[in-house]
Amino acid sequence: MIAVDDRPRVLHTTTRDEEQRHRARARWVTVLGYAAMVCVLLIVALPLFWIVMTSFKERQDIYTIPVTWWPSTFHPQNYGEATRSVDLAAYFRNSLIITTVLATVKFVLGVLSAYGLVFLRFPGKNFVFLGIIAALMVPNQITVISNYALVAEWGWRNTFQGIIVPLAGVAFGTFLMRNHFLSIPAEIIEAARMDGAGHFRLLWRVVLPLSGPTMVAFALITVVNEWNEYLWPFLMADDSSVAPLPIGLTHLQNNDGVTDWGPVMAGTVLAMLPILVIFLLLQRHMIKGLTSGAVKG
Amino acid sequence: MSCVRNRRFARRVHTSSVPSSPERTLPHGRGLRGRPWTDHALFAVLVGPNLALLILFTYRPLADNVRLSFFDWNIAGSAATFVGFDNYLEWWRRPDTWQIVGNTVAFTAAAVVGSMVLGLGLAMLLDRKLLGRNLVRSALFAPFVISGAAVGVAFQFVFDPNFGLVQDLLGRIGITAPDFYQDPTWAMVMVTLTYLWKNLGYTFVVYLAALQGLRPELGEAAAIDGASRWTTFRSVILPQLRPTTYFLSITVLLNSFQVFDIINVMTRGGPLGTGTTTMVYQVYDETFRNFRAGYGATVATIMFLVLLAVTVYQVRIMDRGEHR
Repeated sequence: MIAVDDRPRVLHTTTRDEEQRHRARARWVTVLGYAAMVCVLLIVALPLFWIVMTSFKERQDIYTIPVTWWPSTFHPQNYGEATRSVDLAAYFRNSLIITTVLATVKFVLGVLSAYGLVFLRFPGKNFVFLGIIAALMVPNQITVISNYALVAEWGWRNTFQGIIVPLAGVAFGTFLMRNHFLSIPAEIIEAARMDGAGHFRLLWRVVLPLSGPTMVAFALITVVNEWNEYLWPFLMADDSSVAPLPIGLTHLQNNDGVTDWGPVMAGTVLAMLPILVIFLLLQRHMIKGLTSGAVKG
Repeated sequence: MSCVRNRRFARRVHTSSVPSSPERTLPHGRGLRGRPWTDHALFAVLVGPNLALLILFTYRPLADNVRLSFFDWNIAGSAATFVGFDNYLEWWRRPDTWQIVGNTVAFTAAAVVGSMVLGLGLAMLLDRKLLGRNLVRSALFAPFVISGAAVGVAFQFVFDPNFGLVQDLLGRIGITAPDFYQDPTWAMVMVTLTYLWKNLGYTFVVYLAALQGLRPELGEAAAIDGASRWTTFRSVILPQLRPTTYFLSITVLLNSFQVFDIINVMTRGGPLGTGTTTMVYQVYDETFRNFRAGYGATVATIMFLVLLAVTVYQVRIMDRGEHR
């Protein structure tokens, strides 16, 4: 199913007949490709479109059979109601605080760890590295019991440090940065060394300037992950003083016994929007980071 | 794990311009060769905090789970009572155990197979010059960045059996929608589809990147030799994608095994008690809602052992694959 006609031919020994057959095949795949594109767009966009529309609907437009695609009157009051029934602004602020601090700490720790693992001598260094990346295999979800007890004992429940500190260790980013540092040509490093650069200068003036795209990818992936973090803040935070947006959303959902979908959808749209905007602006960098570990094998 | 890493490490070093020595610090360490302790001290400063955090909040609780699994303990307070293997025996005997294990296996299998097959299929179809393909790629990847909680809340309404989008679309083609809220099987389907909607973009972009790194001559040569499309795919494309497939099978398995947010938001493990409860959800449910942390730790320990066994098995296969 690989592209046959789009790419320049390597061999020119085919007969006219065969060439026609290939061309017909390729046309079929192109048609299939467009069909797939339409399906994908519908499957992704239809629910999103419908969610946004619902967030602008009045009650009588929401509970209809068949569903209404377009509100009979636009009812932006849902957004006001969502922000009134729970303190969405506070949840938003908390998300900003948690994401900023956590992503910064993780970024710094990841870069420094990777630097140490690549450019410094240390006995048993490979075991240290193994100790760091093996953490990727331990789901957060099964460490919560003991961590909860520990953090509660410290009196850190319902505090920012209680949410942030236990999540601050970084395995994936260390792996990503280390792989990149290893690909920097040794000659460059050696030349800097000859010029008498110490480790600080080497990191700041040589290694980091050569690591732009990987750092951006690492930072973006971390920001998205922390912004979406759910289980740990869900266990740690009791109220809008520290709980981030995803938790706030569930508070909105449970506010009264019966879900009033208009305001809930409005809250959901508000929660989705910032991360989608960031994504649309910077998706290329993020995809690069996600795929670089995978593709090279 | 270590041998995979070492081989990778070695290969990376060979492809970069470093000469044969795999130990990069030797040439780099030249200026400081006389004083290795400065290297050691700096290493401890740079790597220490990260390692300490991982030990304290990842490995310590892992070991602590094993200890706790031999106790009867209310996480909200009082002292724990040693109960030996009682928790494990209870787990083995309880009827809901097997439903939950079944849910976990079904969900994970559907998530892994579904997202990999669909992701590869779409990547192959969109790996050509098609108008507007960048738009579609972005659209497909976008749900991956939205929080699971937000997706869960939104899709709870999308699947609403009376006023939702899905029942409406099914109705248009003459199908009466199942009760996604009350029927455990359909609730599981709902959660799985929601997970796939959110995460399909990941396998898609990874496969797409891998396809773009392939050598097209091989496929062309095969096509010119008259190989059928299916043969070309099976014997030329799939083998080249093998490392990517292994990588994805491990990461997607680990990720889907851990899903908590979507389930908690959409069904709270229900309907009918354990309709969509997976092992991860059970750990939370027993520990924080039934206040039986010892039993929760037992489930967590069993789960981790299973996960470890499966991952080690996958890495073994991967190893063998790389030897070929």
